[in-house]
Amino acid sequence: MAEIIVKNVRKEFGDFVAVRESSFTIEDGEFFMLLGPSGCGKTTTLRMIAGLELPTSGEIYLDGEEIGQRPPSERDIAFVFQMFALYPHMNVYKNLSYPLVSQGMPRAQVRAKVDEVATILGIKDILKKPVGGLSGGDRQRVALGRAIVREPKAFMMDEPLGALDAEFREHMAEELRALHDRMGATTVYVTHDQLEAMQMGDKIVVMNNAVVEQFGTPQDIYDWPATMFVADFIGSPSMNFLSFSGQVGAGADHVDLNGTQMGVPALRGGASGDLVFGVRPEHIRLDDDSAYRGAVRATEYLGTTQILTLDTPNGEIKARIASDQPARVGETVGLGFNAQTITLFDRATGQALLSQGNERVLGHG
Amino acid sequence: MAEVQLQNVSKSFKATRAVIDMDLTVPDGAFVVLLGPTGAGKTTTLRLIAGLEKPDAGSIHIGGRRVDGETPAQRDVAMVFQQYSLYPHLTVRENLAFPLRSPILNTPEDEITRKVAEVAEVLHIPGKLDNKATELSGGEMQRVSIGRALVRDPAIYLMDEPLSSLDAKLRADLRIELKRIHAELAATLLYVTHDQIEAMTMATHVGVLDEGRLVQFGTPREIYENPASTYVAARLGQPRINLLPVGLFDVDAPPGAHRMGLRPEHIAHGEGAEAQVTRVEHLGDQTRLHMKLGAHDLITLADPHTTMTAGETIRIAPRNPLFFDATGARIA
Repeated sequence: MAEIIVKNVRKEFGDFVAVRESSFTIEDGEFFMLLGPSGCGKTTTLRMIAGLELPTSGEIYLDGEEIGQRPPSERDIAFVFQMFALYPHMNVYKNLSYPLVSQGMPRAQVRAKVDEVATILGIKDILKKPVGGLSGGDRQRVALGRAIVREPKAFMMDEPLGALDAEFREHMAEELRALHDRMGATTVYVTHDQLEAMQMGDKIVVMNNAVVEQFGTPQDIYDWPATMFVADFIGSPSMNFLSFSGQVGAGADHVDLNGTQMGVPALRGGASGDLVFGVRPEHIRLDDDSAYRGAVRATEYLGTTQILTLDTPNGEIKARIASDQPARVGETVGLGFNAQTITLFDRATGQALLSQGNERVLGHG
Repeated sequence: MAEVQLQNVSKSFKATRAVIDMDLTVPDGAFVVLLGPTGAGKTTTLRLIAGLEKPDAGSIHIGGRRVDGETPAQRDVAMVFQQYSLYPHLTVRENLAFPLRSPILNTPEDEITRKVAEVAEVLHIPGKLDNKATELSGGEMQRVSIGRALVRDPAIYLMDEPLSSLDAKLRADLRIELKRIHAELAATLLYVTHDQIEAMTMATHVGVLDEGRLVQFGTPREIYENPASTYVAARLGQPRINLLPVGLFDVDAPPGAHRMGLRPEHIAHGEGAEAQVTRVEHLGDQTRLHMKLGAHDLITLADPHTTMTAGETIRIAPRNPLFFDATGARIA
């Protein structure tokens, strides 16, 4: 059980800055995702929490105690790697018991502990098998078991499902999450897969270029992205960006998009110049009465919904609508946007403008 | 372009029966996607048509001509593989022209120039023609690989998971691109994948394969709304269809019904049987409720901003259920 606070942590490798002053809090028992593209600094951040790298500056607290410069052995954190590292010459039981035996735990206690963990993971019937012949899923379970037996304060996982094929990954993701729900141990999990992050995480940190872009619950980050990077990285298809230039004042609740007045959540501050109107695909609807038109370039059937790709005066957009709504490639349709869901961005900085919609999520810096 | 027909085609590799009694017709101008997990026989089917494998039994016709005795070159098919296979030391232009320079085709130079320019246009890479293949991004390389098939005017294009090595965004772009190419060239395509999104979004017809057999063939909508078996029903749809015992809900089931298939979007809330929510997944555009009804797990969709949390109970009732018999075959 552990609360982890990362405060102004920075990591340099020579001239290269892997992580810039980053801060976030992982609450006790949370399943916490570090999400971002490769090279964004997420794995380095995880390794600093585990003690495999030492921060250049900043502090890391584990249950109130500053541990930033301590070796891994003094942190009581278990690390599960991308490739499950098992001892190939030992059977499953020995792989699981090894961390306990090497701590000098009495044999009877080891047996009880391994038994308990094997039950949690559903691998009791393979305890005597050599690890060499195991399926990918069982290897994964054994690797997890090795981390669990020690009862560490927290688990660190670096893309543990990255090597698995899509169908099996989904299954293991559910299993991991269910395991976490049973044990309630604080878990920090690195992934570049936004769907995995949304699906499994209680909270998500989105990183890009060594910087924390946003930190919060999956739904808040999805609804109210702090930056264009986050808006683009989360969601599939991602948020549409309609570029326009103009001036908006504090209190404004609409903007001029190519001559059509479009409602937006009331703005808290003004902005001018190159701006971006951000709208999620599912918040676009076909509306014959709308003066704002788009030409359908492609339709993609997905069962109950379909994705339309449309050319608009402000660029290409994608809309998700019910699959029983007629839409043909080549035809021009009127488009309506759900005003209460819109985010405006400043094109130059990529930052969201504060509004009545997002101030709850972004309001306190 | 031409119709391709497989009749009673079988192929085994030692004890493994890769393709069993397959009857498949790819209509002229169709975009047929063969969908199935690893080992279902998709790639073997493709290779049988291409002539890279010989069938043990059955016949293959392309454009009305029986081809199973012919070499790959004689069959006039163009194949695109999963891994792009370009000549790294050649430019994009030379890579695209290469298939046309084969001694069998023996294409005149001005025709080659015209064809390459046309394909570069279709693939949105005219600016890259003089780049070396190694100077391209992954997506551009795969487009050039597809282009090497497109420069030819074969009876059919055969594609074996051409998008699977690309990242999600690029895959989404190329899906639309392939669909557009198909429409513009009026080409006949047979495309193999295990990705249900590719099958649903691109195909005019989907063929679902199960352990070497073609188990259903139809439009994506037919397959999704009218699956022939529990196996087919589970191949399309995310989250996956719920397969539950018939007695779980108070509904009139047809005689012989053993299991009921309920798509997550076909579960009404607020009436019916009491279920316990075990987990709420906020995916942004949709929220998935995982729940337990008696001893059974099921998934349904809720409003993205639902305030429901794990531990709550909710009444649920089926809408438009599908019924299957004890063998998994659809009965209503």
